Amino acid sequence: MNQLIISAATEGEVNPLVPNIWEMGVVLVGFAILMFIVVKFVVPMFEKTFAERAEAIEGGIAKAEKAQAEASAALEEYKQQLTDARTEANRIREEARAEGAQILADLKEKAAAESARITAQAHAQIESERQAAVVSLRSEVGTLATTLAGRIVGESLNDDERAARVVDRFLADLETQNAGAAK
Amino acid sequence: MHLPAILPWGAAEGFSKQMLLVLLSVVFIAVFFVLAARKQQLVPGKLQFAGEAAYGFVRNGIAKDIIGGKDFIKYVPLLFSLFFFILVNNIYGAIPFFQLPTFSHVGGAYVLAGIVYFTWIAIGVKKNGLRYFKLATVPSGVPWYILPIVIPIEIISNFLVRPVTHSLRLFATMLAGHLIVMIAGYGIEFLVMQENILLKGSSLLVLAGAIAMYMLEALIMVLQAYVFTLLTAIYIEGALHADSH
Repeated sequence: MNQLIISAATEGEVNPLVPNIWEMGVVLVGFAILMFIVVKFVVPMFEKTFAERAEAIEGGIAKAEKAQAEASAALEEYKQQLTDARTEANRIREEARAEGAQILADLKEKAAAESARITAQAHAQIESERQAAVVSLRSEVGTLATTLAGRIVGESLNDDERAARVVDRFLADLETQNAGAAK
Repeated sequence: MHLPAILPWGAAEGFSKQMLLVLLSVVFIAVFFVLAARKQQLVPGKLQFAGEAAYGFVRNGIAKDIIGGKDFIKYVPLLFSLFFFILVNNIYGAIPFFQLPTFSHVGGAYVLAGIVYFTWIAIGVKKNGLRYFKLATVPSGVPWYILPIVIPIEIISNFLVRPVTHSLRLFATMLAGHLIVMIAGYGIEFLVMQENILLKGSSLLVLAGAIAMYMLEALIMVLQAYVFTLLTAIYIEGALHADSH
């Protein structure tokens, strides 16, 4: 115990504020070595990782934002295309409807024209046939009548001009009679 | 308590335990951080994560917060080395067998404070030229008739007292903590050797007190490493922005 006190007392005699020059040297050298290692290896390695990490995170965010922007652009485009397609479809439908109506009207008109034409043709044909019938009847009736009349009156009525005159007169009388009877 | 001198280097105590611990601390710090930083991955492993947390504490918590700007990265190596060098050398005091905070010997504290002193003066002169000494000692906005009082105070506080307090704060806290633990140890030893059973038993009280002091000392060891580094950052920041102070 006494030794302890003595050693403490002798240590106490050393002024603690006066440095040991060798200790200072060791601290200086040690710290210099540490600084060298830190400057040369530790800080660059950590800073590199920090920078890479920041870049990875920021790059990821930028990439995600870009993808988002692309996706919304694509969506916009699809929507636009859809609207365009709808408008186009409506337009085509409208056109088809108008065209259909046009075609229908054309067909109707054509049909009407055709039917009118057919009717007119039929009328004309009927008229011409009637005319032909009238003509042939008139000549046949005239021939028959003159032959019959010639037989009856014994008079030759072979003179065509006279015969025709007689027939005409007869028919005129007939028509007058008919007209009178009609009245 | 102390290891014997290892080599008689012509110094008074030869190659002391203190010197060995200083060099060991360099090895510890370098090995740990080089290992932690060696295999750098974007998603860190446990060791890398611990290294990054420690590095980020000094880089962001001290250098970036105090110095700021774009240039703070230039001063990260110095602050980083200071913090961990002091931290490990202080923590020695709390580890059995090592049991010696190396800065309880004043030489190391003088060296580090001296490095910091010349560093911030050099930064100030490089940034502002010789005008720096005027900026650092003549505060702006002070009436002319107070200047004769203020300028000497500024010179003394900035250029004379600052390195002294910077070094002695570290040294004194470490020495005091070391002494308290040592005295408690001697006290326990003394009380245990007494014949009186009551005196013998009272060594338990001293032991309880010693443990509490040991915890407090461990806290102060970490705190002083932080304070020393923080003050360094503040001095550098003051030198960089002398014209706006």
